[in-house]
Amino acid sequence: MDGRSLIRRRAGLRLWLSAGWLMLLGIAALLAPWIAPKDPLAQDLFLGRLPPFWMAGAEPGYWLGTDSLGRDVLSRILHGARVALLVALVAGTITCLIGATLGLLAGFLRGWVDMVISRLIDIWMAFPPVLFSILLIAVLGPGLTSIIIAIVVIDWTRFARVVRAEAMAQGAMDYVASARVAGRGRIGTMVREILPNVLPTVVVLLTLEMGIAVIVEAILSFVNLSISTDDPTWGGMIAEGRTSIHQAWWVLVFPLITLFLTVLSFSQLGEGLKDRFDPVLR
Amino acid sequence: MIPGGAAKQDMRHRVTGTGMVILRTLLTRLLTTVITLAGVAVIVFFVIRVVPGNPIAMMLPPGATEEDIARLSALYGLDKPLVTQFGIWVAGVLQGDFGTSITTRQPVLDLVLGRLPATLELSIMALVMAVILGGTAALIGTRYRGGRREGAIDVANGMALSVPDFLWGLVLILLFGVLWPVFHISGRVTPSLELPFTTDFYLFESLIRLRFDLWADIVAHMFMPALALAIPLAAIIGQLLKQSLKETMNLDYVTLARTKGYGEARVILREALRNAALPTLTLVGVQFTFLIGGTVIIERLFSYEGLGNMAIDAVVNRDLPLIQGIVLLFALIFTAVNLIVDLLYAVLNPRLRHA
Amino acid sequence: MSFLSIRNLSVRLKGGPPLLRRVSLDVAPGEVRGLVGESGAGKSMIGKAVLGILPPSVEVTAGEILLDGTDLLTLSAKDRRRRIGASCALIPQDPLTALNPSHRIGPQITDRLVDILGWGRTEAEARAKALLAEVQIADPDRVLRSYPHELSGGMRQRILIASAFAAEPRLIVADEPTTALDVTVQKQILSLIRDMQARHGTALLFVTHDLGVVSKVCQRLSVLYAGMVVEDAAVTDFFAAPHHAYSAALLAATPKYTDPKAGLNPVPEAVIEAVRAEVAAFDRESAR
Repeated sequence: MDGRSLIRRRAGLRLWLSAGWLMLLGIAALLAPWIAPKDPLAQDLFLGRLPPFWMAGAEPGYWLGTDSLGRDVLSRILHGARVALLVALVAGTITCLIGATLGLLAGFLRGWVDMVISRLIDIWMAFPPVLFSILLIAVLGPGLTSIIIAIVVIDWTRFARVVRAEAMAQGAMDYVASARVAGRGRIGTMVREILPNVLPTVVVLLTLEMGIAVIVEAILSFVNLSISTDDPTWGGMIAEGRTSIHQAWWVLVFPLITLFLTVLSFSQLGEGLKDRFDPVLR
Repeated sequence: MIPGGAAKQDMRHRVTGTGMVILRTLLTRLLTTVITLAGVAVIVFFVIRVVPGNPIAMMLPPGATEEDIARLSALYGLDKPLVTQFGIWVAGVLQGDFGTSITTRQPVLDLVLGRLPATLELSIMALVMAVILGGTAALIGTRYRGGRREGAIDVANGMALSVPDFLWGLVLILLFGVLWPVFHISGRVTPSLELPFTTDFYLFESLIRLRFDLWADIVAHMFMPALALAIPLAAIIGQLLKQSLKETMNLDYVTLARTKGYGEARVILREALRNAALPTLTLVGVQFTFLIGGTVIIERLFSYEGLGNMAIDAVVNRDLPLIQGIVLLFALIFTAVNLIVDLLYAVLNPRLRHA
Repeated sequence: MSFLSIRNLSVRLKGGPPLLRRVSLDVAPGEVRGLVGESGAGKSMIGKAVLGILPPSVEVTAGEILLDGTDLLTLSAKDRRRRIGASCALIPQDPLTALNPSHRIGPQITDRLVDILGWGRTEAEARAKALLAEVQIADPDRVLRSYPHELSGGMRQRILIASAFAAEPRLIVADEPTTALDVTVQKQILSLIRDMQARHGTALLFVTHDLGVVSKVCQRLSVLYAGMVVEDAAVTDFFAAPHHAYSAALLAATPKYTDPKAGLNPVPEAVIEAVRAEVAAFDRESAR
């Protein structure tokens, strides 16, 4: 077997593992109200900091133990998946639509449109993104909608930067010129000729962006600026686990593993797709 | 720039003259920096004011009376029209007055400058770690290219790149704070220690004063946050540098060096590394600004008393002048880093250095 | 006894077709041997095999390369490198890419003397200066302090020649050293190489596609087709009467310096067919 097919096989495995985990997570999120063993909000101070099932002192039914308020860790992780994936899908898609459109316009139309958008991107790049998002949440108030808006406002530049460069490269090619000669309008050319060619890149970026959205949500709930503190979020659980790390490591470890795998999967899925789309490797 | 493009670059710069090139780069960059900073100032100022919600009410504890609100508004000049407020703020900033923090009643500039050294030390330590880790990975990967060791390095790089600093921080806390507690998981220095320092550059000053006991304590505090910040950047350096090293290793002057009797390691280090490092450098500059941005959440995670931790407190406490000051400072650092990288590139590239 | 002796050397692309087919040739001390053939005939590959710089995608399948009686292919990588470094040198094809853009000229000549051969720094620098003077560079001090991009292509090729002779090697491989240069510079560089070779008594393996160049510089030549030596002869004999049909056709295809109007006669199809059949027969033979 030569190196190239080895790379492809490894990339294929990576692609399927990531997709598998995300599918599993998606199903768990959808079915959370039915498959979660306990009510994620139910507190029971007598059952506080129960260890996971294989350790001494575990209670049956609390598979992954409980946090300091006696809430079931597994149930909270499952319900947390709903928040995480919702943010990933909605914020990712909106960011993608706005960012890619702006990038396409800047890269294809050039001129003053490009000037304005590029300068905006420069300004955006000078903001520390985490601080920016925290700032926005502070202004918008906590809540899912605020998180989604914050992600869109901050991350559109990721799409705009890449799509702009791609559109510019594509716009310089002969097939675009011939479409124009054939009498297609500027916007028509952009939508019919350029867009399909930048689409693979956009899909890859979208996948990566979903992973980023999951992280941003986790960070914001870690800083306690996400949705209300009672609602289960991975970031909120991690924040709680961080404070009681020496007493109850499982409160931190399980949501962390879930988050880690999810972020890794989105990223590997994106990279895997990139290899798939890459004509050099295909 | 790819090494193969060398000849073309060569021609262009010989014609223009080097001093001119650097000067022109500098001027363009300064101009765009000013525009960018102005944009940042405008956005941060208006975003925290224009969006629904009375900023004065946000500053006060719940249950404050209308009178309190009015008095406070007047005190901070917030009763004036927005544009006037902005003018006053900008005029102040240009004179070095960033206003007064609402929560601590201290000048914003003093607060910010007091915390800046902690964040700078953390960022630079992280950068050094990233360069060492990434550089080593790239060199080993190049030395054993095509082999299993290169494959292992690629996989590790891919992992490191996929997961952001925040998660690496948590993983490190579990590993070196709980499982095998060798490093401190919070703070910048053990609070009970007597600090003889006159500056806020603890790490640097402890070295200068030869207080290695303090230095070790500070490093034990900084190690994990710095490593968490360093891991993703190390992966990027590892990937880019390995890529361009491998390209460089096929160039004629490297082949010629091989015929002279040099070993592989020496050929990589002496012939290829410097030329391969140049294209990596610019990208690392951009990535370093991401690293600095990452200090905000990493400092929070490790309760490290730096600028980022203060920024989150400022946001939570609705301390508008402090938020403005910190964001502006971050923007200034970001643009400065990019400028420095551009200049460094010019200095390190002999084609640009000599006319 | 010959200084370099290649015996039945076979090289192929890893998992691919052969690139050299049982090549044998000898270079006596101080002798100049030309390696001639069309592009892809494997003439550069021989030079690379001798210098131990075959690309990683290529492997030696059989044969020996005897340098001063020792088979390089049986040595450890390190010993081979040391031995080649101490007694051989390369004059590369493209002077624009063969000098490291990050280093000044001085160290690029002197480093091997200091690091590999253990010379003193000042001694090596004096040597570099003398060599630059020898290759007719007007201002050696300035050139030694220059970066490659500050010098012209012809100048850089002179430096590379000087550098090749720096350690008084016993064998130099010149890999199409004039191909990348302007025609006007080509002649100067060619006569420079010849003069230097004669003065230092160095054996030279001269890779070229140009029989005209061979007639001026070499004493013996090997003609290659598809990695096979089709003719090995003294230059005078060869130009008087080439033995192999292919080399005869190649000679006929070369413009004569004496009579440029004679024109180019491309190698006839029939000759190509015949030599291809010969290669195929050879492959059948070795497959058996």
